Amino acid sequence: MGILEVQNVNKRFGGLQALNNVNLSVTEGSVHALIGPNGAGKSTFLNCLIGKLKPDTGSVMFDGKPVLGKKPHEINQLGVSRVFQTPEIFSDLTVFENVMIPCFAHRDGAFKVNAFARVLRDKEIRQQAEHMLEDMGMKDKMNAHAGSLSRGDKRRLEMAMCLVQEPKLLLLDEPTAGMARADTNNTIDLLKHIGETRNITKVIIEHDMHVVFSLATTISVLAQGTIIAEGLPEEIKGHPKVREAYLGEAEV
Amino acid sequence: MNLMKDRLLLIIFACVVLAAPLIFAPTGAAYPDLLQRFAIYGIFAIGFNILFGLTGYLSFGHAAFLGVGSYSAVWMFKLLSMNIVPALLLSIVIAGVFSLLIGYISLRRSGIYFSILTLALAQMCYNLAYSVLTPLTNGETGLQLRLDDPRILDAAGDAGSLPSTNFFGLEMKEVFWNPTIFGYDLQFNWGYYVCALLLILSFWISIRIFRSPFGLILRAVKTNQTRLNYTGINSRPYTLAAFVISGMFAGLAGGLLATMDPLAGAERMQWTVGGEVVLMVVLGGMGTLSGPVLGAVFIKYFENIFSKINDGVLHGWFAIMPEWIENAMVLIVSPFVGKGWHLTLGALFMIVVIFLPGGLVEGAQKIGAKLSGANKRAAKVGIE
Amino acid sequence: MDAILLQVLNGIDKGSAYALIALGLTLIFGTLGVVNFAHGALFMIGAFVAVTVGKILDISKVTLDPVRVDFLGNPAKIKTPYVTEWFGEFGFWMIEWSVLVSVIVAIPVMVLIGIILERGLIKHFYDRPHADQILVTFGLAIVLQEVIKAVFGANPIPQSAPELLKGSLDFGVMIGMAENTVIYPLWRLVYFCFSDLIIGGVFAFLRFTTFGMVVRAGMADRETVGLLGINIDKRFTIMFGVAAAVAGLAGVMYTPINPPNYHMGMDFLVLSFVVVVVGGMGSLPGAVAAGFLLGILESFASMPLIKDAIAAIGLPSIDQIIIYLVAVIVLLVRPRGLMGKAGMMED
Repeated sequence: MGILEVQNVNKRFGGLQALNNVNLSVTEGSVHALIGPNGAGKSTFLNCLIGKLKPDTGSVMFDGKPVLGKKPHEINQLGVSRVFQTPEIFSDLTVFENVMIPCFAHRDGAFKVNAFARVLRDKEIRQQAEHMLEDMGMKDKMNAHAGSLSRGDKRRLEMAMCLVQEPKLLLLDEPTAGMARADTNNTIDLLKHIGETRNITKVIIEHDMHVVFSLATTISVLAQGTIIAEGLPEEIKGHPKVREAYLGEAEV
Repeated sequence: MNLMKDRLLLIIFACVVLAAPLIFAPTGAAYPDLLQRFAIYGIFAIGFNILFGLTGYLSFGHAAFLGVGSYSAVWMFKLLSMNIVPALLLSIVIAGVFSLLIGYISLRRSGIYFSILTLALAQMCYNLAYSVLTPLTNGETGLQLRLDDPRILDAAGDAGSLPSTNFFGLEMKEVFWNPTIFGYDLQFNWGYYVCALLLILSFWISIRIFRSPFGLILRAVKTNQTRLNYTGINSRPYTLAAFVISGMFAGLAGGLLATMDPLAGAERMQWTVGGEVVLMVVLGGMGTLSGPVLGAVFIKYFENIFSKINDGVLHGWFAIMPEWIENAMVLIVSPFVGKGWHLTLGALFMIVVIFLPGGLVEGAQKIGAKLSGANKRAAKVGIE
Repeated sequence: MDAILLQVLNGIDKGSAYALIALGLTLIFGTLGVVNFAHGALFMIGAFVAVTVGKILDISKVTLDPVRVDFLGNPAKIKTPYVTEWFGEFGFWMIEWSVLVSVIVAIPVMVLIGIILERGLIKHFYDRPHADQILVTFGLAIVLQEVIKAVFGANPIPQSAPELLKGSLDFGVMIGMAENTVIYPLWRLVYFCFSDLIIGGVFAFLRFTTFGMVVRAGMADRETVGLLGINIDKRFTIMFGVAAAVAGLAGVMYTPINPPNYHMGMDFLVLSFVVVVVGGMGSLPGAVAAGFLLGILESFASMPLIKDAIAAIGLPSIDQIIIYLVAVIVLLVRPRGLMGKAGMMED
């Protein structure tokens, strides 16, 4: 039994069968990549996982608990964090504040009126946030406006915000989309670093084969709404169906 | 360090507020009635800023809570006692209940839809006060004190005339000190000092909320609600809490208005009154601590002083110039003063929205930063 | 039956005004994505265009009557409007039908005002937060209103309808009922027909002209249309002008029903928002349908029969708040409004 169990998920948009009986099992501690050509249903699938879309049929179990129909914040409180394609951060706040908010969410839950506490007097939260920023190599930018960061730093900050919550599962939605090669390599190094220091299960949705094969321990291939292959990276590389559906259009 | 700044800000604020009868004397605004309005609308604006300044949710409906506060207070004066404490408590509670209801409905939407919803709901309250709720509000006449009101606790004291509001015996209207300082004839009355203390208390509460995790999350709502939800925080109850808090401040302000003059009318609930508090907060500087109070003082000063400038006063101003210039100047300026002060206000408001989104506080900081040049950090004291 | 008909008729003139303002609001929201708090002010300006035209037509040459004297014994003054002196009969016709003249004048004036506002002010707010757009148009509404107040004063200025259209129509007789059962002021009927004409015109313009088609495509997907190399911004600017003209014409024609004053715009604004929300944000047919629906509903709720019925079941009279009540219920049950697109207002 994996930490994330997806069974028979279907989703139709009008005449388009976006997801067709998708089954997926993610083992705890693995880095599971979900790849597939454009329009294969990757984003739809991800949105179903995080509560943005509701599939027509099927079930999604995380850590033994049903996820479908839950709101994003509830799913997060179960231990699922998400990194977006373009970094979603609180750009009007400082870097430090950005990291403190998930700390509060992690400790105090989805809602707590603590209108008379002082943020800066909260040693526990401060330390957590500071450690995380130090680990991410961003301590010197602690008081910078998050909106003024470079794109790479925004990505780094978003990761920090996810990791500080100590999630059981980290979802990464094309973390290197639109990045230059150097930035992509940095992100790979960052993810590897995270993998070395923490045992977090990750699901990566990715376009870039270079990223996928540097990180993934398991790969599932989605094409036209169905999983057409699943296995270790080496198996996927040689899989005829995958070559036909996907690798034809990108070089490995 | 931040803590020190906040304390300093609070102390300065308290000093200015307490010394206001002296400070405002040269501006001609130092009479008790106007000073009291400064403080009351300051409280209203501080509360509104907790919603709008922090979360960015723009409500046009807060006049409803102001009106509800006034009605509740007057009812308490009629039924229980002329002491303002129970009246203000009821104002806050009832306004809180109302804002919970209206907030619950309107916060199902965000952005412009939220604004429109609050507008519609407030206007509905206004019409309710005029029609369905006439037994409670006395319709167009407004709710007033009467000699035959029960006033369970202190009816015995009425001797043929309407009693006045008091704080445990201190009459709100009473001027307790009437000195002449620097040639100005000053009036210190209890009413202002009650309002002033509540204003300082409100300011302190607002500082605490701004610095709390609650306030931090409210600011996060404004900048990126999606991320906040995916961070495991349910933004709806936070915004609702902010809405209710600001509604309770509005209720307190409404109650205080009733302590100045114990009558309540529906016109206080009209959406344009709610628009006025928007003007105050935006003009002063939304999301800053002292901006809303500044804006409130500014607008109430305009309303009461600027509106009294007539052509005669203007001719006095320009009297040193040759007569034709004098007449021309009066002609140019007069549409903007006196009865036309709303025009100046509207124009000023537009200028601030267009060029100075941070309001007067930000403007002052920019100027301050330019003057002091290097010392930019110091200029940020007010905003952070 | 006759009572019901009467209420429907009573509702439609107010409903027409709601529909016209809501239509303009929706046009602006749909094209530019801006909630225009100054739209009520445009309605009001339209009304004051009519006032101005009326005043201009009334500028007169004063001559002294050689025969008659006034009560002080001075020769009586005769006012001869210049237009009658210049154009003779046609001049008298113009004064009599000054509302029509105002309509003709109002179209270019309002379009121009709309375009100036969009280019000069609102354009700079597309990239700013929605709250800022609301604030700046709100400020604009105050300024416009105060300018009108400064120029025309605070009191309502009555305008009259042409003599021919002043009377009432015995509507009942026309459809075979007894006399004097359904009496309806003629001008309100004119207003209704006029607004239908404008609404029809706007829809036809959007549906059957190339320009309109591009605008509709732009409303649905601005980026794609932009990528096709079409200058959608220019068209949207013109649509802002059209929306302003629609509001202005609604104002011009409303003057004989209600004497215009400087705050009539604000009074109509809130209700128009409610109409837009009930009809479905961004839906043009929704705005029109909801306008008429709410106008008629309002008139029904104030009907004595209904009032008595409501009082009989122990409820207070709700005619003052019926519109808001409907709006709240619609929003809670069907957030996107009666005819709104799915997803609208649901986040």
